[in-house]
Amino acid sequence: MTNAIEQAALDHALGEAAVPESLLPEQAVEQAERRTVEIDSHALNFGPQHPSAHGVLRLVLEMEGEVVARAVPHIGLLHRGTEKLIEYKTYQKALPYFDRLDYVSPMCEEHAFALATEKLLGIEAPDRAKWIRVIFAEITRILNHILNLTAMGLDCGAVTPALWGYEEREKLLEFHEAASGARFHANYFRPGGVARDLPAGLEERIANWAREFPAWIDDLESLLTENRIWKQRTVGIGVFTTEQALAWGFSGPCLRGSGVPWDLRRSQPYDNYDKVSFEIPVARHGDCYDRYLVRVAEMRESVKIIEQGLAQIKPGPIKVQDPKFSPPKRAEMKQSMEALIHHFKLFTEGYHVPPGATYTAVETPKGEFGVYLVADGSNRPYRCKIRPTGFSHLQAIDELSRRSMLADTVAIIGSLDLVFGEVDR
Amino acid sequence: MAEETARLAGAASADRLGALAFTLSSSFPGVSSAAVERGELVVRADRDVLIPLMTLLRDDPQFRFEQMMDLCGVDFPARKNRFDVVYNLLSVSLNQRARVIVTTDELTPVPSVHGLWPCATWWERECYDLFGVLFSGQPDLRRILTDIGFEGHPLRKDFPLTGYTEVRYDPERRQVVREPVSLTQDFRDFDFVSPWEGVLTLPGDEKAHELRQIMKKLS
Repeated sequence: MTNAIEQAALDHALGEAAVPESLLPEQAVEQAERRTVEIDSHALNFGPQHPSAHGVLRLVLEMEGEVVARAVPHIGLLHRGTEKLIEYKTYQKALPYFDRLDYVSPMCEEHAFALATEKLLGIEAPDRAKWIRVIFAEITRILNHILNLTAMGLDCGAVTPALWGYEEREKLLEFHEAASGARFHANYFRPGGVARDLPAGLEERIANWAREFPAWIDDLESLLTENRIWKQRTVGIGVFTTEQALAWGFSGPCLRGSGVPWDLRRSQPYDNYDKVSFEIPVARHGDCYDRYLVRVAEMRESVKIIEQGLAQIKPGPIKVQDPKFSPPKRAEMKQSMEALIHHFKLFTEGYHVPPGATYTAVETPKGEFGVYLVADGSNRPYRCKIRPTGFSHLQAIDELSRRSMLADTVAIIGSLDLVFGEVDR
Repeated sequence: MAEETARLAGAASADRLGALAFTLSSSFPGVSSAAVERGELVVRADRDVLIPLMTLLRDDPQFRFEQMMDLCGVDFPARKNRFDVVYNLLSVSLNQRARVIVTTDELTPVPSVHGLWPCATWWERECYDLFGVLFSGQPDLRRILTDIGFEGHPLRKDFPLTGYTEVRYDPERRQVVREPVSLTQDFRDFDFVSPWEGVLTLPGDEKAHELRQIMKKLS
């Protein structure tokens, strides 16, 4: 019996009415006049394990054939509760969390927190520390751009740039390691300066590298900039106008790619960025290719900044000369009781930050990275809101990739430079 | 030279922010205070006037905050309106920043600003997810960062750091299971208030203590 009904339903669905009309109930007779509606849409799950999702992005794409009708990003797969954890740590212990946000540009993230804490404490890093920070922020910028540009190339089918890029990144990571002891999670920029001075000879090594690096950028450009396939994949793809970019909270190369000459290093300079001269590359079309060009040009500017920094850096203290904020030297601790007490107090209790709030932002390689820090006078932040760069960029992906092809969405994700450690926090 | 220019530019902008603060606090009803704190313009307002205030800040030629860079909550459980909702605005054309702060409680919604800045949607979702602040007029008020099926709002001060449940894969049941948190070691939270600052009155020392309190008040 059941089978018969099922068979009838199946026939009905197939458009062959097996049941005679006279036997159907009245409503069904009316319904018998059927229309066929063709629905040619399906949802496609992109990620979270897709190599060109640049991490753990899950993107639900509603497709019409091969055209993206709607892109819905699902984030939070890498949410670790960083902001909550920071509320339970002293200011010094909160700093390493920033390396783990955007793990591609760790020192720039530390920079924002160090500056915010310094602002609330009312202290200023000494000149040498500021130069070290500028030089290493720019090294980090180049590290980030190399990874982003070559990975984007990889997404679009160009494998060679990634291989070349890793070699160059390795050199830069050695500088990271020489200065801080770690390749990625540096924990090097501290409120009040940097953790320790540069080892002997590192300045010359960086200078030597900076002389050779522009030739590598030329090599990279020879692979991509005029490459026919690369241009087909990126020119006119993911176009964002100036108005859209502003309304969606874009910053960094994505904003400059849409024609806004805005760079925090120039307009709201921090540390020693007001003592170096550099250009701010701006592009007009706001497509993936322009964002690529802006990043390439920025690498050249970063080299200039590094060279100027190395020319102007002078020997001197590298952290605030106040034992309440900076730990004493190891040798001093062997001799001085006071130094020992300061060391103990700093690494157990930490320093107390006077009540107040600040929103301090820096120009990380990806754009504006801000820290909204609320202090209540204790030794722990009352609230530390992290303003990730990629959060705004990712949100606009629906707008950016609407009516584009599926393959173009991959190029768009690459051009936005997303890192999920930062987006998800 | 460059340093001098930057310093002058900084001074000018501090004056300009002061003027903006004065304009807002004197002419916009509903703005309870507007001041320059640590060189940053901070505007405290009633949530009822949030939309007209934000529209003014975005469109008026002397403000022109085209970008909303950040929206976040701050929890002060002792207050009646326990949440601060903080908007960080940026004007790229005039190179200035502003911070708008409104307060709310668990039940009263804050008007959504996604009509002014489309990027507000995710920030509001995040604030709802982590604090439980409601936003009226927001068509997409879902959780965003926490796990599917997560309960509670983790950034509230009364939410424990360790959370209530933990998730693991159960090979017997062949599925992910959620269980109450069990800590192998007690959660340690040190109180760094020095005992010498914490103790108010030592026995037999009441008079001296009173005197110190009076001196403190006077200074």
